[in-house]
Amino acid sequence: MIRRLTAGVPARALFLLGALLVGLLVAPLFAGDYVLTVLILILYFAYTGQAWNIMMGFAGQLSLGHALYVGLGAYTAAALYVHFGLGPWIGLLVAIPVAAVTGAFIGFLAFRFRVAGVYFAILTIAFAEFARVGFDHFGWTNASSGLFLPVAQYTHNDLWQLRGHPVMFYYVLLAATVLAFVFCRALLKSRIGYFWLAIREDEEAARSSGIDTFHYKMIAVVISAAMTSFAGVVYAFYYNNLFPEQVFNISRSIDIILGPIAGGIGTLFGPILGGFLIEILGEGLRSLLESFGIDVPGIKQVVFGVILLLVVVAMPDGVWPWLARKLGLTERQK
Amino acid sequence: MPFDVYLNVAVSGVLTGLVYGLMALGLSVIFGVVRVVNFAHGEMMTVAMYIAVTLFSALHLDPLVMLVPIAAVLFAFGYVLQAGLINPFITRPEHSQFLLLVAIAIILVNGLLIAFGPSAQNVQVAYAFDSFQLGWLIIDATKAYAALAAVAVSAALFVFFRSTTLGTSIRACADNYTGALVVGLNVKRLYALTFALGAACVGAAGPMLLLIFDVTPAAGPAYTLLAFVIVITGGLGSMPGALVGGVLIGLTEAMAGLVFTPSAKSMFAFAILVLVLLFRPQGIMGKRTA
Repeated sequence: MIRRLTAGVPARALFLLGALLVGLLVAPLFAGDYVLTVLILILYFAYTGQAWNIMMGFAGQLSLGHALYVGLGAYTAAALYVHFGLGPWIGLLVAIPVAAVTGAFIGFLAFRFRVAGVYFAILTIAFAEFARVGFDHFGWTNASSGLFLPVAQYTHNDLWQLRGHPVMFYYVLLAATVLAFVFCRALLKSRIGYFWLAIREDEEAARSSGIDTFHYKMIAVVISAAMTSFAGVVYAFYYNNLFPEQVFNISRSIDIILGPIAGGIGTLFGPILGGFLIEILGEGLRSLLESFGIDVPGIKQVVFGVILLLVVVAMPDGVWPWLARKLGLTERQK
Repeated sequence: MPFDVYLNVAVSGVLTGLVYGLMALGLSVIFGVVRVVNFAHGEMMTVAMYIAVTLFSALHLDPLVMLVPIAAVLFAFGYVLQAGLINPFITRPEHSQFLLLVAIAIILVNGLLIAFGPSAQNVQVAYAFDSFQLGWLIIDATKAYAALAAVAVSAALFVFFRSTTLGTSIRACADNYTGALVVGLNVKRLYALTFALGAACVGAAGPMLLLIFDVTPAAGPAYTLLAFVIVITGGLGSMPGALVGGVLIGLTEAMAGLVFTPSAKSMFAFAILVLVLLFRPQGIMGKRTA
């Protein structure tokens, strides 16, 4: 199994990956509260970006509504916790089917009727927006006044209830990111992965060579939605408050996809690198502006937009393919 | 509720919908020809709205009078944007174009935030509370004028595309890119012109809509989404479809606001979108393509 997953990967790449993992494992020992918060966000976006990448990067289906699955996961787990006292891991067992079924429903609607490309992207936005307005009027989850989880004292870490210090959330997200990375590698090296790439490159050709494209696109949506819902559960228990206006907002969906696009769509390391790039860029920008005493709301986003623009113009494939070539980490072709 | 209340709300929804239609027309024209989805469409419209707000508060110029110069400003903006930034992207994958326009949208939204602050702004024209009475039908003057202006601008655009050489050349680019190149059309320039025209649509629709709604910097993304919903409902690339879609969505939102609650109105617009995608994916007026 391990041999199959690492076949063709240069030893240097494995070494660097291991070094990065060790670095991330020991990081909380040296990181202050601020750095830890940033690291948590990086891992959150690395994980959700990886999940999104399955749909877009592997199967070629552009989803612009992944906030929907985050929100469903967050709301399912939080509502079960608030109303029935069920812990997050039981909540997760409910959240995953909820998100997966929703993903399957959207996929079914779209792929049955050959809604593709831009149309599919807008359908995903529409469902996320539908959920946003719907939850704004859904009394069971407190509608637009927001759902609050009882805030815990950080006296001890309770992994079972996901109540505790941010360090615990950091390790939960780190584990999720590592598992997602390995899982995606396994998917990509499996039969399904090759079928996805075939669909992404040329759907008509894939269909004519006998691939059931509907079936495999559905698998991509369901896996991606299910994985994303886990991020939602963690989100709910980390922030302890949920507002439909924030959770389901289209900007959240865009936040999720910026990382993998900047890092490199369809690459395994792209979402992780993208998470680092986007967060470090954003935070660096903020502190830079602060050090100049500039405190105008919106200025950070404008500079961010300009940088994004430059990256898109100069590096359309993302940063990772370029970086991998520079570092000599490109995978050997069989 | 008496029947005439429904009718009054329906008429006001249709009038607002015509302005929506003009806004969506811009998106439809751009997508139909350039094949780029303008994810910064609503943001561009809020820029036009803020220009109108500024002109009104500084010089007391009526938004409907300033419609043409504002549209001209947006026209120039659209031309430069397409010629300078988007033209190199027309052969790139969709997500790449998407990201480019998202970046532009982020810059516009937050640029407006820096310039004008987060609070809602509007214009108080002299005829803000006037209305026309037709039997038991009461029509707001602002909505009637805005809708009339929207129809006039749309009609001008239809005539341009049907009857002028330039309009026909642009349609040729849309029908057959290679063919247009072969007969010697300057496709890049025509693309820039098309994007400029699409931008001019929101340049005109913005001041009209300002008579009906307030504007905030954050309204941009919501208008972008609304324009998408309308264009897909009406049929991507179909010009009459954009207007029909606009009226349908305007009507739906108005009725949903009356029967349910105004804050839930966009949910019904999205429900219509889902139904259309389900049963008529090419849109109400769209042609089925293989």
